[in-house]
Order: sequence, then C-alpha cells, then structure tokens
Amino acid sequence: MSSENPPRPAAPVPAPSPATVAVTAWSPGADVVEVQRAPAPGPTRSTWRTFRETFRGLMTTLGRYREGPVTIQYPEEKTPVYPRFRGRHKLHRFEDTGLEKCVGCSLCAAACPADCIRVVAAENTPEHRVSAGERYAAVYEINLSRCIFCGYCEVACPFDAITMGHDYELSDYDRTDLIFTKEMLLAEPLERTPLRNEGE
Amino acid sequence: MSLVPHVFTAPPSPSVLATVGYYEEWWIQILKAIVIFAVGLQLVPVVLLAERKLLGRFQSRYGPNRVGPYGALQPFADILKLLTKEQFRPSTSIGFLFALAPLISILTAVAALAIIPFGNVQDIFGTPVGLYGIDVSIGPLYLFAFGAIAFYGIMLGGWSSGSKYSFLGAMRGAAQLISYEVSQGLALVGVIMTAQTLSLTGIVQAQAGMWFVVPQLAGFLIFLTASFAETNRTPFDLTEADAELVGGYNTEFGGGRFASYYFAEYLNVVVVSGIVTTVFLGGWLLPFGIHPPGFLDPFVVLAKMGLVTFLFIWVRATLPRLRYDQLMSFGWKVLLPLATLNALVTAVLVVVTH
Repeated sequence: MSSENPPRPAAPVPAPSPATVAVTAWSPGADVVEVQRAPAPGPTRSTWRTFRETFRGLMTTLGRYREGPVTIQYPEEKTPVYPRFRGRHKLHRFEDTGLEKCVGCSLCAAACPADCIRVVAAENTPEHRVSAGERYAAVYEINLSRCIFCGYCEVACPFDAITMGHDYELSDYDRTDLIFTKEMLLAEPLERTPLRNEGE
Repeated sequence: MSLVPHVFTAPPSPSVLATVGYYEEWWIQILKAIVIFAVGLQLVPVVLLAERKLLGRFQSRYGPNRVGPYGALQPFADILKLLTKEQFRPSTSIGFLFALAPLISILTAVAALAIIPFGNVQDIFGTPVGLYGIDVSIGPLYLFAFGAIAFYGIMLGGWSSGSKYSFLGAMRGAAQLISYEVSQGLALVGVIMTAQTLSLTGIVQAQAGMWFVVPQLAGFLIFLTASFAETNRTPFDLTEADAELVGGYNTEFGGGRFASYYFAEYLNVVVVSGIVTTVFLGGWLLPFGIHPPGFLDPFVVLAKMGLVTFLFIWVRATLPRLRYDQLMSFGWKVLLPLATLNALVTAVLVVVTH
C-alpha cells in the first residue's frame, strides 16, 4: 500500500493499551476458530504410535485379503438386474391366440423423446390377421443407438405391447445392426440377464 | 553367546583382501552358477505375478487371471509385450549410457544373488557341494558394494535420458539410496558383531541357537525399512512416483530397456528377501530342533524368502508414498540414529558377554 492512500478510518476496536498488548500479542476475531491441538507425543509415545498405526494399516489390508475379492468376472458372471431395470425393449404376443399385442397406433413413437421408434401400420384382413385390433404394425423398428431407455414408450402403450426388457449388452460393430426390427423385438432374447432376487 | 564353528579355518593374512570359505572344482562352480541363476531368474516372474495377484487380493479384487491358468502366464505376457516394442531413445539422450544404465541395474542385482547361501555343504553323489554361489569372507561388503553400483544404474539412466522428469527421479533415487544405505549397513553391523563373521554362511551357522531376528529385532526392523527404500518400493518409491514424476528415472525407457529395469527391480526384491532370510531369519535353519535332510535346505530358504516377499507386497498394499522431506528426515533423523544406537548397544553387549 502506497503512502498516498488516504488514512484508513479508525478501527472500531479501540487500540489496546500497552498492558494488554503484553498479555495477548495477537487476538483473533470472534470468527477465527482456534485449532485445538494435542500436545506433541514424546519419543516413546510417538514410536509406539508409529508401530501401532502401521500395524493397524497392515491389519486393514489383511482384512481385505481375507474377505476375498468382490469382483464380478463380467463376461462370465453378470450383474443381476432389478425387475424394473429398463433394458432392451420387447414386443409381446397374446399367449392364447399368438396374435401381436401391438396395434400400430404409434403412440410409443409419439412419446419417444429420442424419436427412435418407427411404426408403419397396416390394416388387418381376415386372411392375414396379425394383431388383435383393427390394424397392426407392418414395420416396427427401434433404433437402439438413439434410444435413451427412458421407458416412455412402455408407459404410452395402451395395450402393454412394448415393455422394457432386461438386456443391457447391446454393443455392436455396425450402427445399422442396432436398428431392431419387429421380429427381433418379438423374439425371446438369446441370453437372459440374471434377475436380482428379492432383497439382493 | 555360543558360536558354532564355521568353515573358516585360517584368518586371512593382511595381504589378502578376502578369502573363500569353501570351494569346489571349477566345473562344479560353473554348474552351480548356472543352477543358481536359472532358479534365481525364474523367481522374478513368480514374484512379479505374486505381487500383482496379492495386490489384487489386498484391494478386494482378483489380480491378473486371464493369461494362462489363473493368470500364471501374465508375467511372460508382460515381458513379451515389452520386448516386442520399439527400442525408443529420445534425441536428447546420451546413447551409450542410455543403453548401459539398465544393464548396470540388472547386473548388480544378479551379482548379489551369487553369495546368498541356499544351504550348507551337501554331499551330492559323493562330491561335497556348497549350496551357494560362493562363500566369501566379505559377504555384506560385497552386497553393499554392488548396492552402491546399482545406484549408478538409476542415476545414469535418469541423467542420460535427457529428460527433466527422469533427472529429478534419478536425483531423488540417488539421494534416497545413499541415505538409506547407511542405515542398512549399520543395521547389519549389529548382526556381524554378534555372529563375529562376515561370511554369510557363517552368519547363518551362528544362528543355530536363535535366529538373529530375536536378539537383533531393532536391527531387523531397521534393515527391513531401509531395504524397502533400497529396492525403491512403497512407501519409499519416490524414484518412480508415477503421480508426480511420470515414472521417474525410467520415464524415457521403453521396450526391452524398461523390461530390464523392471526385471532388476523385482530381482532386487528377491535378493533383499534372500539377504533378510540369511541374516535375520536363520537361512536354511529351522527352529524347534527340526533338522530336515540337507537337500531340503534350498526349499527352506526359498520358503522364507517367499514370506519376506509377501511382507514386501503387503507393505506396498498398505502404506502410501512418503513425501520427499519426510523420506529424508525419516532416513537421517530416525533410522540412522536408531541404527547407530543398535550397533553401539550390540557392541557393548557383545564385549560384556564375551
């Protein structure tokens, strides 16, 4: 600070008298927290503490050793998923008649925030009856490279025709392979993902 | 303390620097050397794998378990990977020193293997053979001589790289090695005074009544701590300090040269555990009056070495790296006075009890 600056306004605290200065050389304000420190241990105590703490550390790591690994060997073992886990979509059929539940209403496509569902509907005819409703999905494609697995399609579907499955191993070498067609979505997944048990 | 008479018969004359306790025909010497180095060098991949596996277990995971059964071929995969890489050399480096430095490291590590005794003199097909490379009367001096040369491997490696990080790592390494070598040597002095010999087989035979780890417990702990520093292992791996120095003295080394450094590091662990076994843990001797047949001696030594190596790995899994000033103040202010005190007290006790 240069000497040209105007003198500071007088401090709110009156200047301590020389007697107080001698007692408390530095008095921290009320907002300063004084750190309480234990007295430094002597050589014996500190040696003891060093050995004890080192030993405690060694016992800690040995405890981890004795607990055994917690690793899940991924490609062989898979993490079990929760029942409501939102994985790859599935399309469903009626179990009794074998007709598709999807009627091609495109509500899922409308609900999809990622715009990854494409539905082209066609009329059911008596000779060619695919779904239980008036119309059926002639084309039903989900682009899984765009899907964000939000589950809105499942919510939007009035017939529970599309649900979120449990598959999460969806990587591929080609983007076009990630566009799942109706046949792929109707088929049972090849490898089932383990489901987490109650309370697991 | 009763001393078991060891193999030395005549004290060396002043003109002789060192004597050899027991030696065989030249061809047996060569065979022994081949066997010891074959076995000793095979220990390195084992230690390497053991370290990675055990570190994994200490951190609640499996170590490498993909290459070969239970990951047993992982060290070979590592070494093969390194050896097939390019022999990279920075343009600012000093060529021949850059190539020489890893060799010095590996050579000094191998040389120390020569005098670790794996057993007493055994009768093999009617020929008495000592189960050690050579039994010199200057065992610890030989070890420390090569330990001192080992520091050139680090120093030259870091300096000749022409890299600042390497140089910093090398400087740290040099300072650390010099500092802790003093404590290490002094810790050993107590044992030497108790055993009254400098021959490593003599030291083992002097432990027939009681391993030196009991009367020399302080020396053992000091030696062990200093050995962690000498082998550049955690908590004293400041030469490498991957987080601060991007690898320290071996930053610029790649391929086979890095493999040499890596190899030397683990060989040093093997050698140091061998020395600890020999000097403090009774070498091939077993407690409670168990006297196995002589051909089991090397296995006893190897088992003890394995235990010491386990301790090395355990400590590595446990303790974090020291700060540099902590390292130095611990070495000079704590370890060195303790080692000196240990040597002094031992000297007094040896004189009083004799």
